[in-house]
Amino acid sequence: MSGRSTPSGPLMILYRLVFLLALFAIWHALTESGLLPRFFFGSPLLVLEKAARWFASGKIYKHLAITLLETVLAFGCGTLLGLATGLWLALAPAASSLLDPYIKGANAMPRVILAPIFAVWFGLGILSKVALGITLVFFIVFFNVYQGVKEVSPVVLSNARMLGATRRDLLRHIYLPSATSWVFSSLHTSVGMAFVGAVVGEYLGSAAGVGYLILQAEGAFDINTVFAGILVLTAFALLLDWIVTVTERHLLRWRPTSEGARLSNR
Amino acid sequence: MTEASARPMVRSEPPALALESITCTFPAAARDDQPYTAVREASVRVGKGEFVSLIGPTGCGKSTLLNVAAGLMAPTSGSVLVEGAPLRGLNRDAGYLFQADALIPWRSALDNIAAGLQFHGVDRAERTERAQHWLERVGLAGFGNRYPHQLSGGMRKRVALAQTLILDPKIILMDEPFSALDAQTRELMENELLELWSSDRKSVLFITHDLEEAISLSDRVVVLSAGPAAGPIGEFAIDLARPRDVSEVRMTKRFLELHRKIWELLKAEVLKSHVRQKHA
Repeated sequence: MSGRSTPSGPLMILYRLVFLLALFAIWHALTESGLLPRFFFGSPLLVLEKAARWFASGKIYKHLAITLLETVLAFGCGTLLGLATGLWLALAPAASSLLDPYIKGANAMPRVILAPIFAVWFGLGILSKVALGITLVFFIVFFNVYQGVKEVSPVVLSNARMLGATRRDLLRHIYLPSATSWVFSSLHTSVGMAFVGAVVGEYLGSAAGVGYLILQAEGAFDINTVFAGILVLTAFALLLDWIVTVTERHLLRWRPTSEGARLSNR
Repeated sequence: MTEASARPMVRSEPPALALESITCTFPAAARDDQPYTAVREASVRVGKGEFVSLIGPTGCGKSTLLNVAAGLMAPTSGSVLVEGAPLRGLNRDAGYLFQADALIPWRSALDNIAAGLQFHGVDRAERTERAQHWLERVGLAGFGNRYPHQLSGGMRKRVALAQTLILDPKIILMDEPFSALDAQTRELMENELLELWSSDRKSVLFITHDLEEAISLSDRVVVLSAGPAAGPIGEFAIDLARPRDVSEVRMTKRFLELHRKIWELLKAEVLKSHVRQKHA
């Protein structure tokens, strides 16, 4: 993830690290000097020590694995459901028109309030978190797929039909690739949402996961552990985002970039 | 040369494509509008191996006629005959070269050319080989794995041409295929088209609003009146010798004669269409 702006490459990474250190230093200075109460704002050294101890003892891995599993499951199931529903509704105008207000309503509703219901239905294990994540991921994927199908150029469609494509060929070779390209370009949001679903679900009631660690620490007024949990989650989210960026670059290489556009305008 | 198949029932061979008194009416866009009749009672025939151009001012319903010929649009009345048989659904004997970019953006040039074969169930090895052959034939060897956005406008047209011709259609329908290209590329493409066409003489229905292009490519030029309710108002046989070079043929005396004759008829229609657009 090298910065594109001037000062380039490694130098920018260095600046970014300096910026991070500066933030921690300010935090440290403010809490050490007593300007901010340590009870509420923690202490960066203790936070880092806590996080380091989690990794050293290996305690964190189990919780990270749970959170990751929930994220992956929510993302996978939500994407499949969104893809199937989006394709179906985009190609069936009658059903789409019938369900339109319900989908809009379901999307407008804050899904987090479903967490208690899911906890009752699916228990405190990973299933209730996956369910919450699915409700978040589903709509992002659904709307993108719907758009992706609607945005297929009519000329490309006519052309494919003239080249002998059957309805099944169109679905497989035109609609599906177009829809998935829209899904890929929304990967950042949907992976992020799956992660949010997992952590929020854990935070609202669970027996494992990073959200659970934070919940427990908060119950014991252990603000340093809360911050350590947040720090680990942030680092983890950045890692996920990076994986998505790499995947996206590979999957969407056919898309015109600014460089490609320049090439084709010659 | 393929032998003409014997048809005992029909004395003379039916035209490859016949549009018989086609009328296309579109429902009104707004409530106060009248229904719009784009084409009225239009009849056009394309003989076997004949290159026919339809020319008319913009907005005269040329593309509508072509879509009817392709079976992409059903006419309000009239019929389409393909080698004498009425057309139902899509015209499976026809290849269509669109005005706009019609390549599949997420497929490489080679995979785009191979798309038609894939839809027809040809296996991967064979379709790749045949697509590779066509890629070379349209002068794009080495560009096979480029995506459409990485190709220039002229290159994309070549890919589209190969994509259509690889299926060996009996009839080729072309909707101003070169109108988006610059003048030089356009002449190159026109010559290449003539060369490809002369190797197996398919029946072509070519749409254009460029009279020079129409004359230099065609065997016959059909002039359409300005829309709405457009229809053919004149037909001109182009008796220029083949093979032609599109830039050279434009200098000949006969070309200029034909140009003057057709332009006399076309000019009035172009003016009508201008006046209408100004007041629209």
